[in-house]
Amino acid sequence: MRSFAPDYELRTPGALAEALALLAHEPGQWKPMAGGTDLMALFEAGRLESKRLLNLQRLGELKGIEISEGQVSIGALTTYSEIRRHAELAREFPLLAQAARETGGVAIQNRGTLGGNIVNASPAGDSLPPLLVYEAELELVSARGARRVAYAVFHRGYRLMDLAADELLARIHLPRLGAGWRHYYRKVGGRRAQAISKVCFAGLLRSDSVRIALGAVAPTPVRCYRTEALLSGRQSSGDLIRAARDELQREISPIDDMRSTERYRRRVAGNLLEEFLRAV
Amino acid sequence: MPCVVGRSVARKEGRRKLSGQARYVDDLSLPGLVHGVTIRSAVPRGRLRDIRFGGDIPWDEFTVVTAADIPAENSVASILADQPFLVESEIRHAEEPVLLLAHPDRDMLEKARRAVELDVEPLPAVLSMDASGDVIQSYQIEKGDVDAAWEQAHLIVEGEYRTGAQEHLYIEPNGVLAVAAPQEGVTVWGSMQCPYYVHKALVRLFGLPDDKVCVIQCETGGGFGGKEDYPSIIAGHAALLAWKSGRPVKMVYDRAEDMAATTKRHPSRTRHRTAITGDGKLLAMEIDFSIDGGAYATLSPVVLSRGTIHAAGPYNCLNVRIRSRAMATNTPPNGAFRGFGAPQSLFAIERQMDRVARAAGLSPEEFRRRNFLAEGDATATGQVIREKLDLGGLMDRAFQLSDYHARRERFARQNRESSVKRGIGFACFMHGAGFTGSGERTLASVAGVEATSAGRVRVLAASAEIGQGANTVLAQIAAEALGIDYDLVDVAPPDTAAVPNSGPTVASRTTMVVGKLIESAAIGLKKTLMAAGLLGEVYSTRQFRAACRDYVALYGPLRSFSQYQAPPDIRWDDERFRGDAYGAFAWAVYVAQVAVDMVTYETRVEDFVAVQEVGRVVNPVLAAGQIEGGVAQAIGWALYENVVWRDGRMANARMTDYLVPTAADTPPIRVVFVENGYPHGPSGAKGIGELPMDGPAPAIAGAIENALGIAVDRLPILPETLEQALG
Amino acid sequence: MAEKIEIRFRVNGEDRAVRCWPMSRLLDVLRRELGLTGVKEGCGEGECGACAVLMDGELVNSCLIPAAQADGADILTVEGLSAGEELHPIQQAFLEEGGAQCGICTPGMVLAAKNLLDRNPAPEEREIREALAGNLCRCTGYVKIVDAVRRAGR
Repeated sequence: MRSFAPDYELRTPGALAEALALLAHEPGQWKPMAGGTDLMALFEAGRLESKRLLNLQRLGELKGIEISEGQVSIGALTTYSEIRRHAELAREFPLLAQAARETGGVAIQNRGTLGGNIVNASPAGDSLPPLLVYEAELELVSARGARRVAYAVFHRGYRLMDLAADELLARIHLPRLGAGWRHYYRKVGGRRAQAISKVCFAGLLRSDSVRIALGAVAPTPVRCYRTEALLSGRQSSGDLIRAARDELQREISPIDDMRSTERYRRRVAGNLLEEFLRAV
Repeated sequence: MPCVVGRSVARKEGRRKLSGQARYVDDLSLPGLVHGVTIRSAVPRGRLRDIRFGGDIPWDEFTVVTAADIPAENSVASILADQPFLVESEIRHAEEPVLLLAHPDRDMLEKARRAVELDVEPLPAVLSMDASGDVIQSYQIEKGDVDAAWEQAHLIVEGEYRTGAQEHLYIEPNGVLAVAAPQEGVTVWGSMQCPYYVHKALVRLFGLPDDKVCVIQCETGGGFGGKEDYPSIIAGHAALLAWKSGRPVKMVYDRAEDMAATTKRHPSRTRHRTAITGDGKLLAMEIDFSIDGGAYATLSPVVLSRGTIHAAGPYNCLNVRIRSRAMATNTPPNGAFRGFGAPQSLFAIERQMDRVARAAGLSPEEFRRRNFLAEGDATATGQVIREKLDLGGLMDRAFQLSDYHARRERFARQNRESSVKRGIGFACFMHGAGFTGSGERTLASVAGVEATSAGRVRVLAASAEIGQGANTVLAQIAAEALGIDYDLVDVAPPDTAAVPNSGPTVASRTTMVVGKLIESAAIGLKKTLMAAGLLGEVYSTRQFRAACRDYVALYGPLRSFSQYQAPPDIRWDDERFRGDAYGAFAWAVYVAQVAVDMVTYETRVEDFVAVQEVGRVVNPVLAAGQIEGGVAQAIGWALYENVVWRDGRMANARMTDYLVPTAADTPPIRVVFVENGYPHGPSGAKGIGELPMDGPAPAIAGAIENALGIAVDRLPILPETLEQALG
Repeated sequence: MAEKIEIRFRVNGEDRAVRCWPMSRLLDVLRRELGLTGVKEGCGEGECGACAVLMDGELVNSCLIPAAQADGADILTVEGLSAGEELHPIQQAFLEEGGAQCGICTPGMVLAAKNLLDRNPAPEEREIREALAGNLCRCTGYVKIVDAVRRAGR
């Protein structure tokens, strides 16, 4: 264990207002902690720079899944297990449930949260491509009030977010999907469980439109608008798939790293796109 | 008389493992305990100029040990004496230990570790086997006349095969607890496979008489060879801190340190040149086998020797030349890992046999049938097979269980239309049990049994239970030989002060060699009781107990020991590397079925059949457990486990980044044992611990070749590898 | 520098109070403060599952839980599974099937099995393997672990 525990403060506000007041008073000083799966792993590796942590676990406003006519609202502290177990959510947004099932293992799913996955901002986050294709909207709160940001523009660069120093991610809103969508999700990791994505693909298709998002192939999770535009409303064919594969390569920028290679990621991303188009 | 051998009796220490009561070294504590940590070089080669103690650390609270504090010899007892416990000035590999710190607070210790700066003048480093000219050890085996044979060849086929490093990843990291004082001596408890190896190392380090050093193995959470010789180093380190501080010292590695700094499986490169006749018979084999030993010799000479001897596989060939060498590089020294060189060389020969078969226009199966060793044939070292050997029969059994032919045909049809390509492949191999050649004779192991005043029996051996079932099997053998209930037999904890040196817990020797000694000792104990008139020819367990109690009351302690005697018909020439390399070989044929996903290039092992002839099965559940575990570990080596090197250091030294298969990745594994009693094994048993490591990788490579039509000759076979090979 | 906190929680059916750092790992609190050495450390990264305990009825990796987040929780470790000398049926099944070899992964593995069987009393093989995928074993190849869970489920 490579950190000196006494150096780390952790505060547990009892209510959201208290948490926001602290963040307003000392912006940038407190690192919010949800389930802790990411932050504790960094802590144990001796790489958690923030020495002051804000435990969000008592904040009820950040919990719960609410279904209303136009949207589903998921609290930032919703765990992967809770997502998996929520029948309506799983039925309407199956890619999110599937991503939750493939993240880590059961013990990680019981603690890891959707909000934590978003603000950890790893380009390889498993739930992030589904959020992009489901066109999620994030609700950010602070002592100054609340605002909404389209998830599509939330990530500005590698681990850079449109999240102010005094703000917390409170809820994730998913607009209800109409009928007729086909869903596709595939995570490619080094093994079947407990693996960080090498490539992650989420796709939705309906007669008149297509949505494609990938993870682990760019500094942020990426929605591939140009590839979508090429495909939208067009009849599938070998030529079209080939053209789409080429366009996709222009929209992603994978790298060589410890886990995999640029070459592999490019090829597999293209294969996943093709599998998606042929399957749906 | 109860029959114990051959039954799946419950694991001796099973209850305490299941209930959480088992005590591994990190569960132990002593009053006044301090924790120890090692400061290591980040540079693969250099000269140590200075050590700086920086930061905001209360250094006066710490014990600091450097090479200058070593009482006697700064040399880790091994085959050569080339490895120091602590760097003096020359650094030969990254992670090499330079100094040691101790402090009562484990967290403060970690803070201090980061505040030590090593000033090292870097020197050019050799980081790969191919770039090294430094030979640690070399061997040459000659059989027949290879050079003349090329002339008569109908066909000559060449191939090169490589395997990568593998990390043991026992779930319990290395750890020890030491107390030491110049007047009293040294006592160490720890996670280890060989208490007497550690004992020898500490004797030399401290210059103490044998009886002043005591080493006790605690419950150990896996070894696989990774705790064969490495514990000598961590034990020495903890003992040095204890010696200097006057306090008990516990040293337990965290996962990153254990992965990066301790031994791994030797990477290998094998080159094959094979000549066959017109009717598909082996005419000549020339094999060049190299392994990367890392910076110090450690066990490389013997890993090399075992790999060399197994390099020609279970095949009959009259003309064989094997040249082998262990090369030194500036990387952390490699060491024992289940199989010990044989998985590497057997991977190569099996892949080569497939390659030759293909070139000859024969099926992999047919080619092998024409060339299997049989009774009366001689191996590459000239060892004549003196037992019934039916490799063809084992192969048939494995094919039948795995539905090999039907599936091969079905996959060929289905693969045309499918984005998941299936294949089925197999490997044929053997594994010698016990130390190579004259090794067992040199060890001259001793083991015994004791009858206690309570009327129970204790097994006295230094064999370490590391999960393989040693406690259980030795107790079964003793119970069988004594004709008593298994529950009456206990196994004494391996404590060098209390048990004889029955040799290391390695080389698939515990059941076969140590078990035989226990069997003999037990028979001796029984005879003593009979000779004393306390036991009749026929008796119950209760009567046996009474006899023990009576004997001890009348005459004092009752102990019976047996020392290893080499079977008379075993002859080995160390100089020329010829003769009977092993007392017994276990023989096997494994079949692997894979599914390769052409979208992601991932290979999944879907089904696995393991058929082996092992002499006699002492405990079916434990024996099957060994095979299943070894198969899974070899599946890991073949498909998942990749050590990433950067500047001579393991860059992916975390479980997140070095992947072993989970329960969701491994297949059902069907295990079949064939029995053919080995006369010198207890109840006919041979050794099996390492055998299952040898077969899966080549079987999987063969299955992938069957699925995709491409030959893959390197391990690990990652999805990235296949994507690249498919082009 | 933080200040120590007092956490109050229920461990193996008993109410306990411990003083520790807010970021002390639950793993260390259980092992060092409460002497529950049946909870094992295999990796300190949340990858191997050796440290797994049940917290409020759910399987979690105790190495990833800061003590402050365990305040008020109900924890079950392997020691709480057996009642004195009597093994829990899951432990008994592991013993009979050979599901434990070196034993270091066993405490976490047994609790993962309980976590599954509490929710799914008669799981299929695929479900067992998925439920145990976060618990690494290097000894068994998982075969007899799966057999033990199946047996315990019957």
